[in-house]
Amino acid sequence: MNSVITNQPFVMSDTAKPAAEPAPVHPTAPTPAPASTSATPAPKQEIAFDIQDLSIFYGSHQAVKNVSMLIPAGSVTAIIGPSGCGKSTALRALNRMHELTPGARHTGKILMKGQDLYGPGIDATVVRRRVGMIFQKSNPFPTLSIAENVLVGLRLNGVKDKAFLSKRLEESLRMAALWDEVKDHLNRPGTGLSGGQQQRLCIARALAVRPEILLMDEPCSALDPIATAKVEELIHSLKSQYTVVIVTHNMQQAARVSEKTAFFYMGKLIEYAPTEQIFMNPKDPQTEAYVSGRFG
Amino acid sequence: MLSRYDQYRKLKSACMSGLAVLCAVLVVLPLILVLFYLLKMGVSSLNWNFFTKLPEPAGVEGGGMANAIVGTLELMGLALVMGVPIGLLGGIYLSEYGTGKINAWIRFGADVLNGVPSIVWGLIGFTLVVAPMGGYSAFSGGLVLACIMIPLVLRTTEEVLVLVPTSYREAGMALGIPRWKITFNIVLRTAAKGIVTGVLLALGRIAGETAPLLFTALGTTLWNTNLREPIAALPLQIYNYAISPYPDQNRQAWAGALVLILLVFLLSASVRILSVRRKKN
Repeated sequence: MNSVITNQPFVMSDTAKPAAEPAPVHPTAPTPAPASTSATPAPKQEIAFDIQDLSIFYGSHQAVKNVSMLIPAGSVTAIIGPSGCGKSTALRALNRMHELTPGARHTGKILMKGQDLYGPGIDATVVRRRVGMIFQKSNPFPTLSIAENVLVGLRLNGVKDKAFLSKRLEESLRMAALWDEVKDHLNRPGTGLSGGQQQRLCIARALAVRPEILLMDEPCSALDPIATAKVEELIHSLKSQYTVVIVTHNMQQAARVSEKTAFFYMGKLIEYAPTEQIFMNPKDPQTEAYVSGRFG
Repeated sequence: MLSRYDQYRKLKSACMSGLAVLCAVLVVLPLILVLFYLLKMGVSSLNWNFFTKLPEPAGVEGGGMANAIVGTLELMGLALVMGVPIGLLGGIYLSEYGTGKINAWIRFGADVLNGVPSIVWGLIGFTLVVAPMGGYSAFSGGLVLACIMIPLVLRTTEEVLVLVPTSYREAGMALGIPRWKITFNIVLRTAAKGIVTGVLLALGRIAGETAPLLFTALGTTLWNTNLREPIAALPLQIYNYAISPYPDQNRQAWAGALVLILLVFLLSASVRILSVRRKKN
């Protein structure tokens, strides 16, 4: 499957797994953040996002300050930090969702698998098909049934083949660990499910368009512990096939699900390292203060 | 035994409650009187002839208002087809695509249009449509009624669309769905009941408009077969019969008024039924 971002119409792929391209490792030097840089990724590991000196402004207020980091593909990366530190803003820049806020602008570059996300001629809609997003509060469409909710991303992009759609429906609901619970009432309205089920429905909906990367903005913050555990299990099972970037202000969750963690504070990237290092052996004193609960 | 102050307080409270009930009764009273009087004066003339026959010449018994009833429905249909798309698309623009100053001007314009007296619309229709076309027509009547509908539909559409939570639009965008598809398939669909309510209310408003039709549709005693010809309408026929010296026609005017009120009542009742269903959902 071609990983070039163009204005081509949506390309259906019948494979459940997005093709892993043997793209070359990005040749730039390690990130210039003052904090310790990540341990060098394994030589052939693909980079999902290469964020170069990203700053995001809302009007005159700077929400993200000169962030640079490499997010590896095929793994889960967590972004933690206290409220208002810019982590959600940075996440939304990864699929151009921050553009929806009036007055939002950015400087710096984001490369997704080598292509400039904001380059001239790049259609934001196509970007968002490749980079999906799960929101903090689950938002299944109220006028659509469960099945229609899952398939809406495909249907509204012109996919009509019924056999393909029903196969994709079952695959996505299975991946979201929701199939067994809803397979007998797929025609019930999407909003008739419990909170945890609704969030898994939103995950199934996002997965149905087979994005390469999944962004999650505090997906469990509105869920009870049991539902949270189910969603975390889900993230574990997606790990091999998808790149996941998850923003969370639950540190234990970050420790449970991610391989690398980035700590943001007041818009800056303070430290970005393998998860064990951030939590057991943080190099920056601010990181240490945050993970040991001295502020937050 | 209550203190002096508490006694006074209870009395005052009772008086205010009584006043509120009195005001409520005063508000409903005109409606009840109107309905009662209409029923009393008009129901005797409601017969099979009334609903199926064309008007007869003055003094001849057995005429009806069939063409006026059908004509009103036809004009409402025309106004719907011409006015709702414009109002709807305008409301969509205000809610989804417009910003700041432009929106403020559009809303101001819509409010001004809302306040235009209907007879002025009639004159505009006459000057801009009837005169160039060379004759009174159902089309011009429908067009003028559409113009009255547009600001109403625009405002109610905008109000309902703005109430759709942003999270649905964001969810749609995050799936990589093109923006216009999100607007029409998701946002509009979520707001559908509210928009239908707004359209029904606007229809109720134009059902009884007489002045604009005086200069555009004109009225006729025959069936209308061509949109470029004059068409009968209930308000017009009521007007003509009410000022006529023949008692039989006066009685028919009452019956026509009753039918018109029933039509408006049906529209309002549909609005209420739809709203209740929305709450249940």
